[in-house]
Amino acid sequence: MVYGRVLDERGRGVPGALVEFWQANAGGRYRHKKETYLAPLDPNFGGFGRTITDEEGNYAFRTVKPGPYPWPNGVNDWRPAHIHFSVFGHGFSQRLITQMYFEGDPMIWICPIVKTIPDEQAIRSLIAALDMNATIPHDLRAYKFDIVLRGRRSTLFENRPEGN
Amino acid sequence: MAQPLNYLKESPSQTAGPYVHIGCTPNFAGIHGVYDHDLGSGPMASDKTRGERITIRGFVHDGAGMPLKDALVEIWQADADGLYNSPSETRGSADPNFFGWGRCPGDMATGEFVFETIKPGRVPFRDGRLMAPHISFWVVARGINIGLNTRMYFSDEEAANAEDPILSRIEHRVRVPTLIGQREGDTVTFNIHLQGEKETVFFDV
Repeated sequence: MVYGRVLDERGRGVPGALVEFWQANAGGRYRHKKETYLAPLDPNFGGFGRTITDEEGNYAFRTVKPGPYPWPNGVNDWRPAHIHFSVFGHGFSQRLITQMYFEGDPMIWICPIVKTIPDEQAIRSLIAALDMNATIPHDLRAYKFDIVLRGRRSTLFENRPEGN
Repeated sequence: MAQPLNYLKESPSQTAGPYVHIGCTPNFAGIHGVYDHDLGSGPMASDKTRGERITIRGFVHDGAGMPLKDALVEIWQADADGLYNSPSETRGSADPNFFGWGRCPGDMATGEFVFETIKPGRVPFRDGRLMAPHISFWVVARGINIGLNTRMYFSDEEAANAEDPILSRIEHRVRVPTLIGQREGDTVTFNIHLQGEKETVFFDV
């Protein structure tokens, strides 16, 4: 299970946010016609879902942990296990697409796509924590992943003359 | 040391990747029977929607001028009277028959995106001056790490464009046309260029 909250920059929950997610299956294979990885499709796994956050900004979904997979970039580049998220809060300027990683995965730190984020603290904010308290014995493990959306007072240019 | 402000930092953006369709437009990706339709797909205006019908067509071009085949484009706009269909709209009630949001993946073979919508009315800027009619665009794709925000204005609104508070603030005047959709009849053509000489002006919102 993946669960968490969609928050604003003041830490308040964002209710009614649209959260869409998609991922590879346990073998690292996506259900997409342009996908060519040799891992097989899992006939019992769709690979996507969506939900709306509740009054406190909470969301949760049940899935399988995606597998890592190689991709054509360098000679030996692999994506760490990850789940894609698309989040639509209360304003179009808050629109965000990102990826969630799993605590303890050594692949995170050698991934070229992760490394496009220049700040280690920021990378850590995309790593979901294993939560044994929310884990259900003999059933599933739980990972907690909070997502922060930017403020709604958007600025228009890089010099930010309008505030924010 | 002063007290900490305790603001949270926005979660970093990561690329939508080549398989964004699985999560955002599964029917388009060939996965049927889960959602009856893809969110934001199809005509944005119904028979009851007020306003002038237009079709927006365009491509997202990379630095070499080639159209992207896996971009996802979303738009957000006001109704015919310049009101947004949003709980945050304070200036009046927007047309209940117009949602104002659309999502279109680029065609897998050609890369073209199409929106069937209405021409929006004018919306006031923060200082009260009226902006020219425009539609907000958001573009994600494989290779784009942070979703790109831009706007499309209309070529048949020369006077309004000339006094638009956003367009008039763009220092490099030669780049202003990158934000103008070219209207011919009911069709408005708006091509987005990610890089190169014709690079679209993107907004740091």
